[in-house]
Amino acid sequence: MSKFKKKGSGELPKISTASLPDIVFMLLFFFMVATVLRDNTLMIQNTLPAADQIQKLDKKDRVIYIYAGKPSARYQDKYGNQPRIQLNDKFATVSDVGAYVLAERASKREELQNVLTTALKVDGETKMGLISDIKQELRKVNALKINYTTRIGDYTQNN
Amino acid sequence: MGRRSAPEVNAGSMADIAFLLLIFFLVTTTIETDSGINRKLPPMEEIIDPPIIKERNIFTVVVNKNNQILVEEKLMNIQDLRSEAVAFLDNGGGLLEEACDYCQGSRDRSSSDNPDKAIISLKNDRETDYKVYISVQNELVAAYNQLRNREFLRLYPSENMDYVQADKKYTDPRTDKKVKEKLKEKLSVIKLMYPMKLSEAEPNKTS
Repeated sequence: MSKFKKKGSGELPKISTASLPDIVFMLLFFFMVATVLRDNTLMIQNTLPAADQIQKLDKKDRVIYIYAGKPSARYQDKYGNQPRIQLNDKFATVSDVGAYVLAERASKREELQNVLTTALKVDGETKMGLISDIKQELRKVNALKINYTTRIGDYTQNN
Repeated sequence: MGRRSAPEVNAGSMADIAFLLLIFFLVTTTIETDSGINRKLPPMEEIIDPPIIKERNIFTVVVNKNNQILVEEKLMNIQDLRSEAVAFLDNGGGLLEEACDYCQGSRDRSSSDNPDKAIISLKNDRETDYKVYISVQNELVAAYNQLRNREFLRLYPSENMDYVQADKKYTDPRTDKKVKEKLKEKLSVIKLMYPMKLSEAEPNKTS
């Protein structure tokens, strides 16, 4: 009888794969949202010191970044292990800082040029001499608003 | 009895579940923003006529090349720096027009006259570690924030927050414009009471 025909087959039914694209898209969207895009590949070690009296630095278009620290392991044969400055993707010397800041400032929209902040992302192990030199260069080009970028944490973590 | 084949799972609602999860992650994930200590550098031009500042109004902090902290030429632990800076700023030892009516310090004549006159001078060596320098900066900012918080809570108890929270709310772009205007007024009053006068000397060469 046709009523009982279906029961005959013992195979497992195929699992529908119609929802697979959904899952893949979901993962894609998740990673798209959660990933922070880094515009600079760091060529230096950059463990920021910790501080808790901090202010947020939002509005990324108003920030100029300067990195400094010891070159990371794979650059050490070439550049040595003394702390260096990194601007964009290149190592730089103190004398390049002024020109870099001016170029960055010129590339921003005009109404933002007076409200720019220079964020110093410096490794905790760096000596203050280098930072003082950077600060002097910044004063020369009148980039006076700076931000010492830190991790959030107690100062006791800095030992 | 014949074996019953498993019924096919209905996959129609899978998309709904996926979207639900997607929206959940969209809402809960925050893209991290950088944060740090804001500072303003002094302009380059030379000051021709430097104002004369009395010794008692200056609080000198020196960080030497061995990362030791010297406050008023005495060695100090970083744990004590915050309370020491607060004591100096809040001293209010001035008389007559230089008196400070909101200060709660010891009114010692040999320490600062009032918070407006009090200057913290920070000097570091070229060999000082950056992380130590940041710790010191952090503690000095904390001293100012502590005093400002106290006064904000005292003057504006209706706001139900302290200075730091109010400042955060003020800088938050989501805050309403009207609220911002009101906060700005109150914040500037407090800033005038305890202005941040943190001067940084150029570092000396290692000797």
